[in-house]
Amino acid sequence: MNGFERRATVALHDVGLQQALRRTMDNFVNGRLRAIAALPHGEALRDHARVIRANTLARLDEHLLTFERCAQANGSRVYWVRDAAEACHLVITIAQERGVRRIVKSKSMLSEEIELNKALEAAGLQVLETDLGEYIVQLGRDHPSHIVAPIVHKRLEDVAALFHEHLGTPPTADIPTLTAAARATLRQSFLQADMGITGANFAVAETGSIVLVTNEGNGRFVTTTPRIHVALVGIERVVPTLAEVGTLLQLLAASATGQPLSTYTTFITGPRRHPQEDGPEEVHIILVDNGRTRALAGELAEILYCIRCGACLNVCPVYRNVGGHAYGAVYPGPIGIVVNPALHGLGPWHELPQASSLCGACTEACPVRIDIPRLLLRLRAASVEQGYAAGWLRWGLRLYAWAAVHPRLFRLGGRLLAWGQRLLPGRKNGWNVWLPGPLTGWTTTRGFPPLAGESFSARWQRRRGRKP
Amino acid sequence: MTPSASVAASVTRPTHVQLFITCLLDHLYPDIAEACVTVLERAGVRVEVPPGQTCCGQPAFNGGFLAEARQMARHFLDVFAETTGPIVTPSGSCASMVGHHYPGLFAGEPAQQARAEAVARRIREFGQFLVDDLGQRHIGGRPGRYTYHPSCHLSRELGVRGCAETLLAGIPGAELRPLPEAEACCGFGGLFAIKLPSVSAAMMQRKLENIAASGAEICVVCDASCMTHLNGGLVRQGRAPIVRHLAEILAEVEP
Repeated sequence: MNGFERRATVALHDVGLQQALRRTMDNFVNGRLRAIAALPHGEALRDHARVIRANTLARLDEHLLTFERCAQANGSRVYWVRDAAEACHLVITIAQERGVRRIVKSKSMLSEEIELNKALEAAGLQVLETDLGEYIVQLGRDHPSHIVAPIVHKRLEDVAALFHEHLGTPPTADIPTLTAAARATLRQSFLQADMGITGANFAVAETGSIVLVTNEGNGRFVTTTPRIHVALVGIERVVPTLAEVGTLLQLLAASATGQPLSTYTTFITGPRRHPQEDGPEEVHIILVDNGRTRALAGELAEILYCIRCGACLNVCPVYRNVGGHAYGAVYPGPIGIVVNPALHGLGPWHELPQASSLCGACTEACPVRIDIPRLLLRLRAASVEQGYAAGWLRWGLRLYAWAAVHPRLFRLGGRLLAWGQRLLPGRKNGWNVWLPGPLTGWTTTRGFPPLAGESFSARWQRRRGRKP
Repeated sequence: MTPSASVAASVTRPTHVQLFITCLLDHLYPDIAEACVTVLERAGVRVEVPPGQTCCGQPAFNGGFLAEARQMARHFLDVFAETTGPIVTPSGSCASMVGHHYPGLFAGEPAQQARAEAVARRIREFGQFLVDDLGQRHIGGRPGRYTYHPSCHLSRELGVRGCAETLLAGIPGAELRPLPEAEACCGFGGLFAIKLPSVSAAMMQRKLENIAASGAEICVVCDASCMTHLNGGLVRQGRAPIVRHLAEILAEVEP
């Protein structure tokens, strides 16, 4: 049993998790369906968005340079970093050089990807997550299990117990009591923080702006009250023009949360300028590669079209059953099983591409129509090439293919197996309920029908003369 | 049926078909294979079964074993490329393998790729062929209370939707009940079912619960793989295997 299968099996037996998933997943799916249907020309908009992403990535270098130039013209400082270590080191340096002690963050999957919080804490900096879900994750020393809804694995009662322990709210508190308690803590931190860290949903090349999408308003707080704002931007987040961002924002809100537009869509175009009274004194934009150039150069580049809406997670029958933690990676679900190996190679992630029945529900839901099953097939082929396939499977399929191109042998094999199945123990109404070796995986929960003594093709050949 | 398909059906109605019976039906369900022949002949086409046919190569392809998949696909082309007429197969996923994936499998081999593209254009799933190519609505069948599970590759990869339902609704005395979460995968997924048995079984369980909730006596499918998976689960739980292939339902006519 491999790591994914082991964690998935645990998840399937976790009553709380199963309840949490069943309570929420359908709402996401139905919300998206309603919102996309309500968009004028929603399907054409998806086609357009796909073209925007494809064209942008085809000239990513140019758009990034335009972005850098325009952002600098606005007074932002722009940095380029290769990987997670460089990114974390840079954030820490910026903080230390400016005497920063307290940091507030809005939700950023890129910061999860580079494990920023761990690095900040190790450097003696205080960091607080201000997105409610991420705050709960941080309180429980947990990990997000969904890229949009980080605590989809928790029930209300789980959160109430956690808040009771850490914030002293009643153990059976309702949602308003819990949010009020979180709000009280968070408000104070916004006012005390020296630095705000965000990700970026998009980076607009022609204006040098960072676009943030939130529903709680914490993103605005994080980018206005502290004197320094640091934005982490994956290099594939860039979009050439404001008009194109408009298209993507509509699809992002509809696909992620079923909204026509998120409650807060914030465009940040440089630091505070005279005579403005609000906003940070400094804006630092860190363009992070961390495997993206590698992905762009390979046969999985299409995965960089992703706008991180999470719709593929919500419809995936695997994700819906096991939740996000089973994947053991920052990005779970269909997007995760492609993007983790695309960014960092199959080595640590060779199990992930197997975690799909190739049903295609993800592609159907994807706002930019990423053909995830096709990318998974490429990854599986790469996985075989790199020697990750189990020996029994490699030899079994080699033998099967060899027989399949020798029809007489194929038929003989069928007859031999049909004869041999009589020797298997515990048959039930002719069905096999135990199969040997790796095939036991099938029979633990399923019977296997009896092989026919005479195949259809043999029967057909025998009777062919009598057919009209 | 699309208007163009309807026009095509009236202009050039196929007189004969090449049946690709699939490895699963050939060796596990020869009676269902016979049922396919019965229905196709009732619809007025001559059925030919090209000798030497085995497997389309999908198990290897989905597992990432491209060399083996190519080997089997080449064999398929050897068997079918020189034949004429539509190639009909009672499996959405095998039809998708041939129609959707074969041409890409031979990228860089122009001669094979041309053969693969020609064969890909000729492949039809059984229900799709009856409705879209032959314009059948009332082919007959066994009356009963049915629900229908649309298999993933048939509905999503091939985009074939509504054909099986049309044929079932056309059976006198048949009732078609909606299946909750109909388009959710049954959890088979080929090697997926063996590599990740617990997840696969959880998906299967959900599908079985939805079939029960539909109130149907029989759940109809167009893929023997989903059928094997779901019936396998039912049998293992000591229940009756009530998932059946569309061809069986259509073949049986009330005396």
